[in-house]
Amino acid sequence: MGVAILMPALSPTMTEGKLARWLKKEGERIKAGEVIAEIETDKATMEVEAVDEGVLTRILVPEGTENVQVNAPIAELDGGAAPAPSPAPTAVAPASAPALPAAPAAAAAEKDWGPTRTMTVREALRDAMAAEMRRDPDVFLIGEEVAQYQGAYKVSQGLLEEFGPKRVMDMPITEHGFAGMAVGAAFTGLKPIVEFMTFNFSMQAIDQIINSAAKTLYMSGGQLGCPIVFRGPNGAASRVAAQHSQCYASWYAHCPGLKVVAPWSAADAKGLLRAAIRDPNPVIVLENEILYGQSFEVPVDEEFILPIGRAKVERAGTDVTLVAFSIMVGMAMQAAEKLAEQGISAEVINLRSLRPLDTATIVESVKKTNRLVTLEEGWPYAGIGAEVAMRIMEHAFDHLDAPPMRVTGADVPMPYAANLEKLALPRLEQVIEAARAVTYR
Amino acid sequence: MATDSAGSKRRSKAKEPPMGRDALLKAYRDMLLIRRFEEKAGQLYGMGLIGGFCHLYIGQEAVVVGMQAALQPGDQVITSYRDHGHMLACGMEARGVMAELTGRIGGYSKGKGGSMHMFSREQGFYGGHGIVGAQVSLGTGLAFANWYRNDGRVALTYFGEGASNQGQVYESFNLAALFKLPVVFIIENNKYGMGTSVDRASASRDLSKNGSPWGIPGEQVDGMNVQSVHEAGRRAVAHCRAGNGPYLLEMKTYRYRGHSMSDPAKYRTREEVQKMREQHDCIETARADLLALGVAEAELKVIDEEVKAIVQDSADFAQTSPEPPESELWTDVLVEG
Ligand SMILES: Cc1ncc(C[n+]2csc(CCOP(=O)(O)OP(=O)(O)O)c2C)c(N)n1
Ligand SMILES: [Mg+2]
Repeated sequence: MGVAILMPALSPTMTEGKLARWLKKEGERIKAGEVIAEIETDKATMEVEAVDEGVLTRILVPEGTENVQVNAPIAELDGGAAPAPSPAPTAVAPASAPALPAAPAAAAAEKDWGPTRTMTVREALRDAMAAEMRRDPDVFLIGEEVAQYQGAYKVSQGLLEEFGPKRVMDMPITEHGFAGMAVGAAFTGLKPIVEFMTFNFSMQAIDQIINSAAKTLYMSGGQLGCPIVFRGPNGAASRVAAQHSQCYASWYAHCPGLKVVAPWSAADAKGLLRAAIRDPNPVIVLENEILYGQSFEVPVDEEFILPIGRAKVERAGTDVTLVAFSIMVGMAMQAAEKLAEQGISAEVINLRSLRPLDTATIVESVKKTNRLVTLEEGWPYAGIGAEVAMRIMEHAFDHLDAPPMRVTGADVPMPYAANLEKLALPRLEQVIEAARAVTYR
Repeated sequence: MATDSAGSKRRSKAKEPPMGRDALLKAYRDMLLIRRFEEKAGQLYGMGLIGGFCHLYIGQEAVVVGMQAALQPGDQVITSYRDHGHMLACGMEARGVMAELTGRIGGYSKGKGGSMHMFSREQGFYGGHGIVGAQVSLGTGLAFANWYRNDGRVALTYFGEGASNQGQVYESFNLAALFKLPVVFIIENNKYGMGTSVDRASASRDLSKNGSPWGIPGEQVDGMNVQSVHEAGRRAVAHCRAGNGPYLLEMKTYRYRGHSMSDPAKYRTREEVQKMREQHDCIETARADLLALGVAEAELKVIDEEVKAIVQDSADFAQTSPEPPESELWTDVLVEG
């Protein structure tokens, strides 16, 4: 039975080429690996090697022929040709993306966890890690100054004492290395919590976070999950200038394969961090240094945990929806208070989770208020506000009575000077102005 | 003591003449200026005039002063956020540095960079970098430019022993050795990176050998003695300038103050700090050496007064220079036009 020799693709993007020259004649004997022809594309000239052995019985495409399609038979070996393979299946349209449901389902009411006590965000984060480490021996904490120093911002206070040096490990200043090491460990099923002293330094490790942690499940066809948490303070701190004061929310929220949460209150911090540690996926937990010392009520229930992907309506209102996350929720609450004095009823949504984003809760709110203002510390370009506004375009356009507005950090690196730093960060007046503008007051 | 790339030791002290009287006097003055400047910065911080991070160089002055004395005009310097001493040693004005610390328009970065981010192309100072280890690749790039232009300049790249573990440091070692770039890598081993001692962070016990896989010659240097630093610095700079590629110096030094302004100081004993201050202080050592050379107390006193006046003037300037105008928020993001 004869074999067809096909026009080869000599690069991933090649679809056709010129058969420049035959180096063998009909009737000649060919060995595997021998060069039998030359082909040309606009980029290069390449040699065609024989894959099989036999006699070249017929040349189907004479030399000099242009535009020979990849996979077209160009010659026959040993008489009759095998049937040409059926063409590769053409790509089908991607399945409808689950991230954008046509009609977002209404969120269930938040569970009532009963009695609470006051604690700081710092304590809540520590308690969340301690609770999960007690529950699961595969959970461990690594990072710079997390053990002996008790955390550069004192978040891991007491963990070394309780869990010992094998589960609470100080790392050298080697973010790319230890993040990669933790991702590797997570591939085997361990559940590392990686603390970045601040998220600014996660930039040293972002390759491992995106290229290794976020993509491997997909690349392995679902075999190799990566149950890991990357956490630490994100966003502006006070007077530390451009390299230490930046919000990475939109950077990480951009990437499929990651989950991203940004707690505001101590309850958010505890509930979301516990969920992040239990989650079988890589989860980025964006904390905030300025919030660490702030106190909130947290349920005392030992089992308290929050679902990732659910926003919380922190304050109900009817005239305008203020969407915020992390420290900006506090500013939104202050703004709502001030707006109430001016007769404007603002609804405040605490996103809690940036990826997945709780579109349903935002849409439901905007259907009621018909107006949207987003708040974030980060830069406006391709920010979280841009995404939230687009979701509203997609799902509640007809309900809008005004174009959405965003209040963001200034589109510049963070300045050091006290007066400029104030101007670079979102201000309460700006939120109030924006709310007044969208309500036409 | 020096170790060449093969790691063998040779005595080098005898070959190099010690610093002359005048050079040592200048070094004394420069170290004192840094010390007094940093003390003043600490005071201004305490008064709330400086914010954020402020990493003082007190204790390490001999390193930068001894190295600077080995340079020629046109050579470059780059370092981390612990940079005030480097800037003063490079000849940047105390006024401009202090005014940057207070975030005023008279500062080297118009108040936009702060303590960690100042630059002076004129004085060959390329910053002032906040990301631990990043300046090592950047400094290699300065040396690349020198090699490219073949202009005989040398780049000094300073980094902490904590930073020395970062991956890009080793990528830079390879690049510098591969292309024979004129860069002196200077590890300022002050024993701690924040609260982590060097032996808890690095498996390497002799950091001067960290470049040996690439054949980079390295030396351990008494970084508390400006003459030892200068001597090693001259050797290193000459090696680079002659086109032999990079050189590595591990400076054994010590910081007396906390890592930044807030520091729990639990990772080392008070006695350890006390011992370094009392027995190894670089300024006291230089002072004793000068007196032994026959320099009069009165001459040193004049220097003390001069330095004091410069520092006081810088503090006054830093408080009277106005904040940057609001329009500065939007400038310098991109080169316009
Ligand atoms: C990439 C990165 N990780 C972490 C930090 C936080 N940090 C700032 S200084 C420092 C310690 C550095 O120690 P070392 O290199 O020895 O320099 P020293 O402060 O002793 O001069 C750390 C961990 C940072 N700025 N950048
Ligand atoms: Mg150090």
